Amino acid sequence: MSDKKVTIEVDGRKLEAIAGQMLIEVTDAAGIEVPRFCYHKKLSIAANCRMCLVEVEKAPKPLPACATPVMDGMVVKTRSPLAIQAQQGTMEFLLINHPLDCPICDQGGECELQDAAIGYGNDTSRYVEVKRVVKDEDIGPLIETEMTRCIHCTRCVRFGAEIAGIRELGATGRGEHMRIGTYVGTTVTSEMSGNVIDLCPVGALTAKPSRYQARAWELTQANAIAPHDSVGSNVHLHLRRGQVMRAVPADNESINETWISDRDRFAYQGLSAKGRATQPLVRENGVWRPIEWSDALALAAEKLKDAGAEANTLAAPHATLEELFLLRKLMAGLNAPSLDYRLRQADFRANPAVPGYGLSIADIEGLDAALLIGSNPRKDLPIINHRLRKAALNGADVMVLNPIDYEFNYPLHGAMITSPANMLSTLAGVARAVGASADGAIGELIGNAAENDEAARIATQLKAAEKAWVAVGALAEAHPDYALLQAIASAIAEASGAVFGFLPMASNSVGAALAGCVPMDGGLNAMQQLSQPGKTSMLLDIEPAYDCLNPAQAMRTLDETAFVIAISSFASESLKACADLILPMAAFAETSGTFVNGEGTWQRFDGCVRPLGEARPGWKILRVLGTLLEFEGFDYESPAQVHDELRAAIGDRGIDNSLDGPGDAELWRPKGMQRVGDVPIYRIDALTRRATALQQTREPESARACINAALAKRLRVADGGQVKVSQGGSGVVMPVRVSDQVPDDTVWCPAAVRGSETLGPQIGDITLEKA
Amino acid sequence: MNTLVNYVRSLFLVELFRGMGVTGRYLFRSKFTLEYPEERAPQSPRFRGLHAQRRYPNGEERCIACKLCEATCPALAITIEAAPREDGQRRTTRYDIDLFKCIFCGFCEESCPVDAIVESRIYEYHFENREDAVMTKSKLLELGEKYEEQLAADRAVQAAYR
Repeated sequence: MSDKKVTIEVDGRKLEAIAGQMLIEVTDAAGIEVPRFCYHKKLSIAANCRMCLVEVEKAPKPLPACATPVMDGMVVKTRSPLAIQAQQGTMEFLLINHPLDCPICDQGGECELQDAAIGYGNDTSRYVEVKRVVKDEDIGPLIETEMTRCIHCTRCVRFGAEIAGIRELGATGRGEHMRIGTYVGTTVTSEMSGNVIDLCPVGALTAKPSRYQARAWELTQANAIAPHDSVGSNVHLHLRRGQVMRAVPADNESINETWISDRDRFAYQGLSAKGRATQPLVRENGVWRPIEWSDALALAAEKLKDAGAEANTLAAPHATLEELFLLRKLMAGLNAPSLDYRLRQADFRANPAVPGYGLSIADIEGLDAALLIGSNPRKDLPIINHRLRKAALNGADVMVLNPIDYEFNYPLHGAMITSPANMLSTLAGVARAVGASADGAIGELIGNAAENDEAARIATQLKAAEKAWVAVGALAEAHPDYALLQAIASAIAEASGAVFGFLPMASNSVGAALAGCVPMDGGLNAMQQLSQPGKTSMLLDIEPAYDCLNPAQAMRTLDETAFVIAISSFASESLKACADLILPMAAFAETSGTFVNGEGTWQRFDGCVRPLGEARPGWKILRVLGTLLEFEGFDYESPAQVHDELRAAIGDRGIDNSLDGPGDAELWRPKGMQRVGDVPIYRIDALTRRATALQQTREPESARACINAALAKRLRVADGGQVKVSQGGSGVVMPVRVSDQVPDDTVWCPAAVRGSETLGPQIGDITLEKA
Repeated sequence: MNTLVNYVRSLFLVELFRGMGVTGRYLFRSKFTLEYPEERAPQSPRFRGLHAQRRYPNGEERCIACKLCEATCPALAITIEAAPREDGQRRTTRYDIDLFKCIFCGFCEESCPVDAIVESRIYEYHFENREDAVMTKSKLLELGEKYEEQLAADRAVQAAYR
């Protein structure tokens, strides 16, 4: 598009525009209202609703503003008799088949058709004939359909094709027989599907979990930052009588544009789930009983004081920056060096200072090449995947090295799918092809790597790219040779001139690193803390059976630990099995705080709902513990004071992906089959795991073992049969899925799902036998 | 001069006799007062008394939980909670009218698209406990069932003006 400026006149106002811009963009920018249904700024132009007809001088008929490019000297009238007549005519046609069921329609009160009918329609209807009725389809647990209300704007269809990347909804038939549907009665599975609820201008697609529960006028809006991934999508929470009724996206062009993932949209359901911690609980002689806050805090302080330097602490990476900062301060006061947030990390030989994306979210769509190592961006970070998809559609080469052949919604220009044991040598092959060099053991690994065509092709594409990104994903974190993977990936990035980065999963992973929630001198990291029982352990918002790399070991160790203090928003059965004291903590939306997202942007938010029961915000609990332990500087009165102090302490430090290590290059040598235990999209944190609608989707929610056909034949099991999966002594019987996404010697057995609590590390040796 | 006239009038109690004259006239006319409760004043079909919720002739409750009455209520007396019923229909799970707040303006009835919430002709009621002043959904439906005939007849009379 040229940048030639033109001047047009709209309703007597002179407006500046760029030649080739559509008229509706110019009027929108100037605040002149033109009614529309099919036009959306992030979707392609369809011009099929005809609602935006305006009069243009010298044009014989009214023209659609959304599909009319501006020309110099154009004179437009949006409210002339001709324009009004055209708009009223369109409105009358649209209302012919639209039912008058506004009173029972969830969109009532926030409906674009209602607004346009009032603003631009006739006051009486001349239509007396019968209206059509369209049969509904069940398209899944997240979206409710009422297709009789559809006005065929096709926004949802275009969203599927252009944004979600899977054509799940489409239009069949013509004229009055046109229907929007899934063609074959399948469910909509996109991880961003919820956005069609916002896009639909009428009540044809509405949110199923909040169906019939609230009216637009009853809701108050609060700003929040989604706590389920490291993107930090901006959301509006809609509250009714102090309860979160739904979450919708807030526009932020540099982070989430106008979209949010289904996880961010529907995970709020977990807030009102059963099992929230509502009062302090203590275990005495194996029996849990409620206890006063003052007694609970005194007990916790006493136990921490007793343990002194031997106290262990683990924090969830989705805790707020304020909580993590106070936790670190508390541990510093105790001289206790054992503190960590990297609950799913298997290898601590190389430690980047503050791992993050390494580039801004908006820059991702301008990449020419990207190599992802151990990552399933579609499920891990849907918004990042959307940016990568935009880049890929613009010609970028997206390449992956994964232990599972994950589905992507754009073409990959190189995919190396190999068992976890071979990931390192495969990556070393790419490093060799790209001409990377390194000192010592890593250099040796690269030098000894076998070259192959795929590695050579990926190396060529990386080197040819002007802007390239080498990113290590969340699944790689669980790899026993994570440090070596990082080192080689970093060497590849250096040799090819690419940006090196990480794809942290949790909403505040970067914040946790900035706050210094890592072992201090001589301290134990998460893996060490969870493998040797200590005196006192403190857990901040962790469910050990689901949030750790090796749940079986974590549960065993915590059970043997003398005293476990759990500050948690959920008093789940698994937590009760290993903790001794539960301090109820305010959950998402109930507490204020700060998240630092993967690109390093600080985002503050306020609590908008009262904490449930006697739960208190995490920063207050830690503040009181600090005061009870008589440490200096814990007399905060507001989270703003904590924020100011930590802001000064952190200063302008940001993402820093430089590695210090690894010291050695001892390799993991698995004996046979290896487990790949990725965390499914809707099992990421306690809140999401309790969102009932998300659990009803087709995403894994309970344990299962996916193997390829060759292994299934060897084990003599068929798809749907049962196998006994054993890791580190304990065995679990689970159903088998035969899938060609899984390479040889690999068992894809998701972590953090029901039935995986007694299994071992996410990536590690595993044995399978027919049950 | 005025002073003199006023003096004479008050001396001969002119005002008093005029007043007594009015009393005397009404003493022999037919009476306005009613012997309540044996006698009742006539009621308009538009009378706005105690609320009721109506059902359709097939027994299905009319209310569809559109919440327009809740939105229009100037006294904020109505509280509604809604959810899909087992068969997927939109229904209220809670419909409370706080009669202490209600000002009997009739806006709820006017806003109702399905004639579900109505104000009946009932004006004789009392509470012995504060919580009794909250008309719950079951109480409203019970009243609706009891007086359906009268309610339907009143709506029919008014239909032409709505």
